[in-house]
Amino acid sequence: MEHYLSLFLKACFVENLALAFFLGMCTFLAVSKNVKTAFMLGIAVIVIQVITVPMNNLIFQHLLKEGGLSWLSSSFNDVDLTFVGLISYIGTIAAMVQILEMTLDRYFPALYNSLGIFLPLITVNCAILGGTLFMVERDYNFPESVVFGVGSGVGWALAITALAGIREKMKYSDVPEGLRGLGITFITVGLMAMAFMALGGIQL
Amino acid sequence: MKPLRRLLDAVEPHFSKEGKLRMAYPLYEALDTFLYTPGQVTSGPSHIRDGIDLKRMMSTVVVALLPCIVMAMWNTGHQANQAIAALGITTDGAANWRYSIIDALGIGYDSANIVANLLHGALYFIPAYLVTNIVGGTWEVIFSTIRKHEVNEGFLVTGFLFPLTLPPSIPLWQVAVGISFGVVIGKEVFGGTGRNFLNPALTARAFLYFAYPTTIVGDAVWTACDGFSGATPLGALATADVAVGMGAVSESLSQAFFGTMQGSMGETSTLACLIGAFILIATRIGSWRIMAGVVFGAVIFSIFLNSVGSETNPMFAMPWHWHLCVGGFAFGTVFMATDPVSAAMTERGKWFYGALIGALTILIRVINPAYPEGIMLAILFGNVFAPVIDYVVVQGNIKRRLARNAD
Repeated sequence: MEHYLSLFLKACFVENLALAFFLGMCTFLAVSKNVKTAFMLGIAVIVIQVITVPMNNLIFQHLLKEGGLSWLSSSFNDVDLTFVGLISYIGTIAAMVQILEMTLDRYFPALYNSLGIFLPLITVNCAILGGTLFMVERDYNFPESVVFGVGSGVGWALAITALAGIREKMKYSDVPEGLRGLGITFITVGLMAMAFMALGGIQL
Repeated sequence: MKPLRRLLDAVEPHFSKEGKLRMAYPLYEALDTFLYTPGQVTSGPSHIRDGIDLKRMMSTVVVALLPCIVMAMWNTGHQANQAIAALGITTDGAANWRYSIIDALGIGYDSANIVANLLHGALYFIPAYLVTNIVGGTWEVIFSTIRKHEVNEGFLVTGFLFPLTLPPSIPLWQVAVGISFGVVIGKEVFGGTGRNFLNPALTARAFLYFAYPTTIVGDAVWTACDGFSGATPLGALATADVAVGMGAVSESLSQAFFGTMQGSMGETSTLACLIGAFILIATRIGSWRIMAGVVFGAVIFSIFLNSVGSETNPMFAMPWHWHLCVGGFAFGTVFMATDPVSAAMTERGKWFYGALIGALTILIRVINPAYPEGIMLAILFGNVFAPVIDYVVVQGNIKRRLARNAD
């Protein structure tokens, strides 16, 4: 239990996808003007992350990894399919997003409408693929991958919500002409990352 | 004072819109309003009559800081004089210019002599203070001249807070680099006082902390005397054996409370910070909610960690009253967390904001071996989440009012 708690906190704060690895920057910068939409997008990322990381974990552990196919027959013991990893992961992510979109449309139209364009956008969010690739690199087992998916998603959602809060507050700022818009947002993200370094190096 | 007023009025036309020196208007305005109450009053129908404005507010903070400043000078000198006596150092003016000044005045290095301590400490604090104000002030004036806003008293406070958070032995060029980052990136790119989202003094301190760690952490930096090394209580406990526990801290609790120990210049004395807190709360300039929130968060979280315990980490055993007295906790709580610009604005949000900082400080101190002290980064972290905390509180209020008025 302690192991999973520490994994969650690590994925959420210490190795925050947005502020420690700077992944998913395009949506992070573009959709953080308003707390409400940023929060909804954060929720969407959590949901997708929780589904796709364990899903890709199954694919990796039981199909692609060297010896992963040995459950079929022992003659596959030295087959290593990791070279098709990238394309299978992104395919899985795209398919999962599509299925989730259709499910939401059918059963939760209110949520579907409020998420709008963000759901399909998430397909190409590198934080999602990044989460999967971290999972592969660290060779997580299935329960670990579930916890990691939740943790990294929550961390990204927290970061984008905080950034949106700051940007709403910054409507009252008087930013120099040349820095308005994305420029000041980059500086803001950098300063936020500095504050997040508070948690870097935590050992649980 | 009449001639001074007349002089200011006489030169005023040169700085007005048609004058030759109109570029320097912010400088004139800063000097004028520093010396005299501004002449303009607000016009229009809605008025709140109040003697206080940004200038008076910031001046009150400076008054509240005075005990810390005096204590900073005394303790820096006290520690240095003690170290000189203990190591038997010959005070050679060629090695350290400060020694030649002390020798020239004939004051000596007696660590029991208040004047000797104050002078020795002042020779470390004043240069850092001057560099902060000259460099930071120059940036402030450049920005206000080009961007046509006024030089603000906010910097007066930043200029005091920043040197107080530094260890005495820090090289002065690093002070200059740090305050430049704090003022320009931490504040001026957002448009100046009141428009930033991080505390500028802490931004500067954190920047130095990550950029030049060798001169701002470790055991050798806290006493202004070459070759002397002494750990802060937090540093000592963090590296101690678990079985030794609190025995690793050589200071007594009263020493930690009064502040005769190793540490950054202004942070050691909890008593001086308490006097400051009293002034800030009595004049209603600092928010007592934030201070109480930080203390609550820290106490509850450290009691929780005490009860959890640990077999490998000695920091788990530090009791809460020690946490409140050592390190920069008191200084950060009273002067940094309550910064009205970067803190949460809503009354209820202030409690959450404070508690977040308090709990996080203890968390970083105890389970983050990378940093022995946590209050600085915890406050920056709190600053990042303050707008969201406010947002949640405001939305909650809106929802509650809608529900109340629905029927």
